[in-house]
Amino acid sequence: MVKMIVCMKQVPMASELPWDAKTGTLRRDLSDGMMNPACKNALEAALTIKQHCGGHITAVTMGPPMAEEILREAIAMGADRCLMLSDRAMAGADTNVTSFTLARAVEIFCADFDLILAGCHTTDSETAQVGPQLAEELGVPVVTYADELEVKGRSVRIRRVSDNFLETLEAELPCLVTVNTHAFKPRYVALSGLQDAFGETNILTVSASDLGLDPETIGIKGSPTKILDVYAPRAEKQNIVLKGAPKRIVENLFERFDTMIGGIIRKDIEREGRG
Amino acid sequence: MVTAKSEIWVFGDYRNYFQNRVTLQLISRATDLARPLNATVCTTVFGCNTDEWVGEYIAHGAQKVYLVEDESLKNYSSDRYVTLMERLARQYRPEIILVGATSFGREFAPRVAKRLGTGLTADCVGLDVDDDGLLVQTAPAFGGNLLTKIVTPHKRPQMATVRPGVFREIPHNYEATGEIVRVPLPKDLPADRIRITGYEHRPPLTQKLEDAAVVVCGGRGMGGKAKFKNLFELARLLGGEVGATRPVVYAQWADEDTLVGQADRHIRPKVLFSFGISGAIQHTAGIIDAGFIIAVNKNPNAPMMKMADVAIVADANQVCLALIKELRKRLRG
Ligand SMILES: Cc1cc2nc3c(=O)[nH]c(=O)nc-3n(C[C@H](O)[C@H](O)[C@H](O)COP(=O)(O)OP(=O)(O)OC[C@H]3O[C@@H](n4cnc5c(N)ncnc54)[C@H](O)[C@@H]3O)c2cc1C
Ligand SMILES: Nc1ncnc2c1ncn2[C@@H]1O[C@H](COP(=O)(O)O)[C@@H](O)[C@H]1O
Repeated sequence: MVKMIVCMKQVPMASELPWDAKTGTLRRDLSDGMMNPACKNALEAALTIKQHCGGHITAVTMGPPMAEEILREAIAMGADRCLMLSDRAMAGADTNVTSFTLARAVEIFCADFDLILAGCHTTDSETAQVGPQLAEELGVPVVTYADELEVKGRSVRIRRVSDNFLETLEAELPCLVTVNTHAFKPRYVALSGLQDAFGETNILTVSASDLGLDPETIGIKGSPTKILDVYAPRAEKQNIVLKGAPKRIVENLFERFDTMIGGIIRKDIEREGRG
Repeated sequence: MVTAKSEIWVFGDYRNYFQNRVTLQLISRATDLARPLNATVCTTVFGCNTDEWVGEYIAHGAQKVYLVEDESLKNYSSDRYVTLMERLARQYRPEIILVGATSFGREFAPRVAKRLGTGLTADCVGLDVDDDGLLVQTAPAFGGNLLTKIVTPHKRPQMATVRPGVFREIPHNYEATGEIVRVPLPKDLPADRIRITGYEHRPPLTQKLEDAAVVVCGGRGMGGKAKFKNLFELARLLGGEVGATRPVVYAQWADEDTLVGQADRHIRPKVLFSFGISGAIQHTAGIIDAGFIIAVNKNPNAPMMKMADVAIVADANQVCLALIKELRKRLRG
């Protein structure tokens, strides 16, 4: 029996996600927040291990109360229990403090874990930092971007591609693995499962004081990094605007910018012409 | 106490060409940052038989190399490298540590930052020094069209990762000299907790897109897989390559290796055509070095249109078809 923890985050439904490849449309039916895709793959990896080896899965998230939705989804997929870290004082945490907070919760509520699974990265920040930093907090080995993952006895075997090297790695439990988005395609959750999960009470909500944390050390206050400014980038281009019928636009383009784009294009046209 | 000259460190990531390139690019940026700080540009090199890399880094601007060489370091292992970096940083106290956002760097840097109790900004697209000597890290924010400036005011070192291609390396100068600080392998360095049981080099993705003088990029505004195909014909006629945005790759209108942007590829064509692309920062981060930009979009206010030399307000596919027609005519004529 493998005692597992899956770290998950609710992310805004970015404009391109989820994207229905068949109909070529956005799935706007889904709500504004969703489970970060890689976290879903991590949960799927945990479920697969549970099927093969037996196990127990705790899903953990730190976020606003609304993020409870993804824990319910996790239960519908097959997680056994959930931990929701939610507190105003936790807001605005950078990855350093996020991993610090998650680690304290793990130590209190699931200290005897064998395997922690996280997504390789989130779609909203894509830092890929929380997994490795959580491993450091807990003093366990970490492997990121796993494509394959297998538990055998007290060890895990991982395959991954890292900078063009195909690596096969082994580590002893306990350890932390982050799961790639190509691996462990998440199972389909039937609507009934989701509905059952909404009646579910197997979610433990904890605050900073439940974790014995000083509000000064967490959230925006405890974060080593500070945001100075958020702004829209500006471009300094001549920005000539062309409108009208496509045919006319293209003629116009060649008339006006022949010297500018012509250099390269003409060369290629000549090459094409000869070839 | 008179403090020694401050140092900017670049982690020497050398396992393959791209890793080595991003190291050189960061040495170059560190050289710019070092001027206002009056700091020394240093590289750390861990491994076995690393003369080649030490030489490369010095030739590209490193003034000092911290070198830990040992037979036992020949496996490129983040577990041991993290501990070494932590120890070195505690001993020599660099102001700044820069790490390439390679697969290795992404596993390595967060762990080092955590051990040193400091901040780390991922995927910076800009690094500068402000009047107070703080490292200002510019990174994309909120998954959209915004940039954010981040500092680490109190903790040291200040740490950032940067994707390959964001900065340009300094041309090599094999006359350059640098100091080499040989650090013996600590006797108590813990054993690797990760065992490597298989290791296989895979051929890197082609560099075609990065090297192309003309790139035709398409986004969701192309409207479908069949229409997107037209861009390949246009690229063929122009002697260029096709690039794509993430939604296009997700929808499988184009292969994954066409993706252009922060996450994968930085391109620097002389001429860039951009069809039906909104211009989210994650995409445009990959095209900042493009020369002449021609954008086609139905929406004249799309950010992509603002950063174009020529902004064409029209249907992307129709303009693509008209271009194909015009080029064919010119080729025949
Ligand atoms: C952490 C993170 C990392 C990311 N990394 C990358 C990355 O590396 N590369 C990348 O590309 N994206 C990346 N993205 C996604 C990025 O934010 C954008 O969502 C994506 O670039 C948008 O692609 P698009 O312009 O094709 O689609 P959209 O944003 O949907 O834009 C489509 C455009 O087409 C126009 N249009 C529609 N119909 C027509 C028509 N008939 N004719 C002409 N124009 C038309 C619209 O006006 C619109 O401007 C990342 C996102 C996140 C959160
Ligand atoms: N607030 C959070 N709560 C729980 N897990 C998180 C949180 N933020 C990040 N993670 C985990 O860390 C992974 C990588 O996130 P990131 O470092 O933000 O790219 C995610 O896929 C999650 O598994």
